[in-house]
Amino acid sequence: MFVFRLESASGVPPYLQLVHQVRQAVLLGYLRTGDRLPLIREAVEQLAINPNTVSKAYRQLEQEGVVSAKPGVGTFIADAPPTPIPPARYATLRRGLEKWLTSAQEAGVDDEAVAALFAIVRREFAEAGAA
Amino acid sequence: MTSSLTAEGLGKRYGATWALRDCDLQLPTGAVIALVGPNGAGKSTLLQLAAGLVRPTTGAVRLFDEQLPAGSREALAQLGFVAQDHPLYPRFRVKELLRMGAELNVTWDGQVAADRVVQLGIPPDRRVGALSGGEQAQVALTLALAKRPRLLILDEPVASLDPLARREFMQMLMATVADGNLTVLLSSHNVAELERVCDHLVVIAAGRVQLAGDIDSLIEAHSVLTGPNTHVPGGPNVIHVNRGDRQAHVVARTFGAEPMPGWQPHPVGLEELVLAYLRRARSDDQTSEAGLSA
Repeated sequence: MFVFRLESASGVPPYLQLVHQVRQAVLLGYLRTGDRLPLIREAVEQLAINPNTVSKAYRQLEQEGVVSAKPGVGTFIADAPPTPIPPARYATLRRGLEKWLTSAQEAGVDDEAVAALFAIVRREFAEAGAA
Repeated sequence: MTSSLTAEGLGKRYGATWALRDCDLQLPTGAVIALVGPNGAGKSTLLQLAAGLVRPTTGAVRLFDEQLPAGSREALAQLGFVAQDHPLYPRFRVKELLRMGAELNVTWDGQVAADRVVQLGIPPDRRVGALSGGEQAQVALTLALAKRPRLLILDEPVASLDPLARREFMQMLMATVADGNLTVLLSSHNVAELERVCDHLVVIAAGRVQLAGDIDSLIEAHSVLTGPNTHVPGGPNVIHVNRGDRQAHVVARTFGAEPMPGWQPHPVGLEELVLAYLRRARSDDQTSEAGLSA
């Protein structure tokens, strides 16, 4: 069964943490099409968390098309990518980003400027790709 | 909205001191409601009024959609209450406590209670005084739940427990909520811990309700605004201002609207939001006291 974790001090609302973990697991191939997510009661017992929080996370994932709910049966992964990113590749991408962030920090670029720069470059990259 | 608890103009005075006043609340059915505030804020008073353990000086508390007066026989039959430090009879054996519960309550699910004690690994022959603090808390919760209450009131349920016992207590409580038909009202100091457990919040300070509502809606309705110290906004929607030399951080009710130019909005965390309201209450309190003595 898929196991959630929850970080109390992260500042990210608990339901969003669950959403992110499912998205990431799908991206990495730990969750595949047809896999069942924990029942709400199972997740509640794993995490000592409010059941409404779990249902809210599952509703959002359903709206995003990541999962589909079958009433009385459970919630299933609907739309896993056909070729998930292999964990090693993911780790390399992540390290590259960490290295880049370190050099940005050394250059005195703050968090907001990083976010702004990333948004600009990504938009230009997408536009270049579309052209 | 169906309501599990309605308070109108509720107040309680002890001698010359108001422990709680002007309290209007409506708590939704099926929610897990956090009652947060400093010591002496009126939290326990509100819980005791809801449980019918003390009588209000002004106003009234009613329970459920049937609007049963707190403390009435019908209200008590459907209410579970666990007081601070989970007082139990230390010389009783666990199985004797369960029998006492069965004898004293109209509705009593003895099988579920007995199963739960076994599941917790607590020997039914053990005397309560010989149990650990965490086990005593679990037994108190088991007794309260065996009554199959519609509303469960817990006063600082995990304050005296170690982290593992806290987690196990909350797991049992949340699993019961997942089974349905239960509203929980619990008081605590630990906001970070409440965030994963509660979906509704009541902030109380200086004997008054400062903030109440669905947690996600409250978070969405507020922001932290960061901007120049020279043009700090004012008005009733500004909850708390934290001034630096040049910059200021403002916790404000923004209702998701566009902020003023030059001010950068950030999402507010639950703990930050609660602290902002508590700080505002404290400075209001000091201002009114200063006004009285002047």
